Amino acid sequence: MSTIVEKILAAHSGKEVVKPGEYVWANIDVTNGGGGALENLHRLGIKKLFDPDRIWVIDDHKAPPTDVEVAENVAKTRRFVKEFGINHWYEYGRHGILHERFPETGYVVPGDLIAMTDSHSTTYGAFNAAGCPIMLETLYVLIKGRLWFRVPPTVKFNLTGHLPKMCVGKDVILKIAGTYGTDAALYKSVEYLGPLAKEMSLASRWTMSNMGIEIGAKCAIFEADEKTMGFLKGRITRPPRPTSPDKDAKYERVINVDVNDLEPMVALPHDPGNSVPVSSVEPKGIKINQGFIGSCTNGRFEDLKMAADVLRGNKVHPDVRLIVSPNSVEVYRDALKADLIDTFMDANALVCHPTCGPCMGSHLGILAAGERCISSTNRNFQGRMGSPQSEVYLANAATVAASCVAGTIVDPRKYV
Amino acid sequence: MEPVIEGKVWKFGDKISTDLMMPGFSRGRGLERAKFCMYSNRPGWSDHVQKGDIVVGGRNFGCGSSRPAAVNLQLLGVSVVMAESIGRIFFRNAINTGLPVVIAPGITGIVEEGEKLRVDLEKGEITNITNGKKLRFDPMPADSPPMQILEAGGILRMLEAEYKPTEKLSFTITE
Repeated sequence: MSTIVEKILAAHSGKEVVKPGEYVWANIDVTNGGGGALENLHRLGIKKLFDPDRIWVIDDHKAPPTDVEVAENVAKTRRFVKEFGINHWYEYGRHGILHERFPETGYVVPGDLIAMTDSHSTTYGAFNAAGCPIMLETLYVLIKGRLWFRVPPTVKFNLTGHLPKMCVGKDVILKIAGTYGTDAALYKSVEYLGPLAKEMSLASRWTMSNMGIEIGAKCAIFEADEKTMGFLKGRITRPPRPTSPDKDAKYERVINVDVNDLEPMVALPHDPGNSVPVSSVEPKGIKINQGFIGSCTNGRFEDLKMAADVLRGNKVHPDVRLIVSPNSVEVYRDALKADLIDTFMDANALVCHPTCGPCMGSHLGILAAGERCISSTNRNFQGRMGSPQSEVYLANAATVAASCVAGTIVDPRKYV
Repeated sequence: MEPVIEGKVWKFGDKISTDLMMPGFSRGRGLERAKFCMYSNRPGWSDHVQKGDIVVGGRNFGCGSSRPAAVNLQLLGVSVVMAESIGRIFFRNAINTGLPVVIAPGITGIVEEGEKLRVDLEKGEITNITNGKKLRFDPMPADSPPMQILEAGGILRMLEAEYKPTEKLSFTITE
C-alpha cells in the first residue's frame, strides 16, 4: 500500500507507515556541507557534527575559484573539513560536479534518505534513494542529522516503448516537462517505473532523476536493479536497502509515457517546459554562438560519447565555439582513454575541467547580450547563462554537437 | 511571527524562478545583491518595493535553483509571499529565513497590483482590503514543524533558542 518515498520516509522516522500530508521528523543518511556553515558552528559552540563519515564535501560551482571572494569561501571549506574531521573531501583534480562525483565515491546506496544542498539533489533517485534538495537548513542537518518532511503524494510515470536513435533520458524528461508542465510533480515524489525504466541506461536514469526538479519534484526515484548495483559495486561501504513500491501502492496520478515516437527534443527559451521536437526547430535555421556539453545533467561518459560520434570527422562552425566539460575527473579520464578528448579537439571544441560554471552563468562561457547557446544542461531561465538578453536552448549532447557543426540548431540523427 | 499581515501588492506571473530573484550574475552581499532581484523580468523593481509590501505570484513561484532567493525578498522588506503554487525549495527556504509564505490557489483572481491585502496565517483567510474580495487557504497546523520554525523567526533563531550562543547566527549567502 506504500510508494517508494512513503517506505523510505517511514523507515527513517521510526514509523510503520506514513501517509501523504503527514509531517515527520526523519533521520537522514548522508548530506553535504561546506565553509558556509563554519562561522555559525563556531558561534553555537558545536565541536562534532552528526556523523563526519556521512558528510561529503566538494567545491564545484565556481571551481577552481573565479575571484578572491570565492577563494576565501573555499579556504573556509578546507578549514571546515579539517576541523570537523571530514574524510570525504574532493580537492580539485580529485573532484567533479557533486551529483556525479558523490555517487562515484560511494555516497549513495539504494533506500537512502538524503537531504542536501543543491536543487539537483533529486539526482540520487537514479540510485533508488529519496534525494531531497534543501538549502538554508544545511546547518541544522549537519548538526542534527535529521530534518522534517511533509510526506508528499506520489506521481507514477509508467515508461514504455524503446528509445529511438539518438534519444536519451534528456529527451524523455524534456518531453514530459513540455507535455505535463514544469509543475507536473510540484512538491510531490516521482516514481519512474515500467519496462523502459528498466531498459534505459543508468546514465539516462541519472538525467531523468536529476531533472525531476524541473517538473517540481521533491524526489524522483527509480527502482534498483543490476545496472544500479553494477555501478555501485566496489564504491559503496554501507549495505544497500533496495526499495520498491507495494503492488497496491496509492498514486495521486499515473502518467503513461510511450517513447516509440520520440525524437531528440529542444527546449526553447526561457523555460525547460518549452520543449519541442528538433525536427520542428531545424527549419527555422536558428543561429547559435555557443554550444555547451557538461553539467550534472549531461556531462557523463554516455553524453560525451554520443557528442563525439557526431563530431568525428567534422569541425565546429567558424562562427561557433563549443565548450565541453566532463563532469568529473573519472569521466574525464574515461573520455581520454576512449579518445573522445582527441575527437573534441580535432573538431576545434574547447575541453575544460569539471565545473558547474557555464550552466549557471558564473564562469567559463558566460553569454553576452544577444548571444544564443545550445546546451546539454538543465535550465534555460532568462539570464541563466549570462546576460538577460541572451538565450539558452536545452538539448541532448548529440543535438548540441550537431548544431555546433551546422551553426544552426539541427537534428543530430543525420550525422551518425 | 505576526499572524495577521497587511500590505500593498506587487503581482508577478507564473514560473518566477529563483534565477530571476537571485541572478547568477548578481554579486555582493546583503542589499547589494538583493538589488538584482527581478532584474531580468522587471528591472528597477527592487528600487520601488517597500518594507511591508506583499508579493503575489502565479503558478510555481520560486521554481528552479536552491539559491536562497527568499532572503533577497526579505532584505527588500517583503512581508509575505502568496502564490497559486510554490516551488518546494523556495517554500522551505522562505520558512527557514522566517519569511511567511502561503500557497493560495485562486489568489491571482482576487487581487491586482497596487491593491491592499490582509492575510491571517493561522485562520487561512485572505481579504482584499481594496475591494472586499475574500479567499480561503489551508493554513499549516500550528504544531507542524514549518509553523514552529516560522513562529521562532526562522531555523537559525530556533538553533539559537536551543544553544544560546552569545553572538547571533546569520546565513552566509554563497552559492
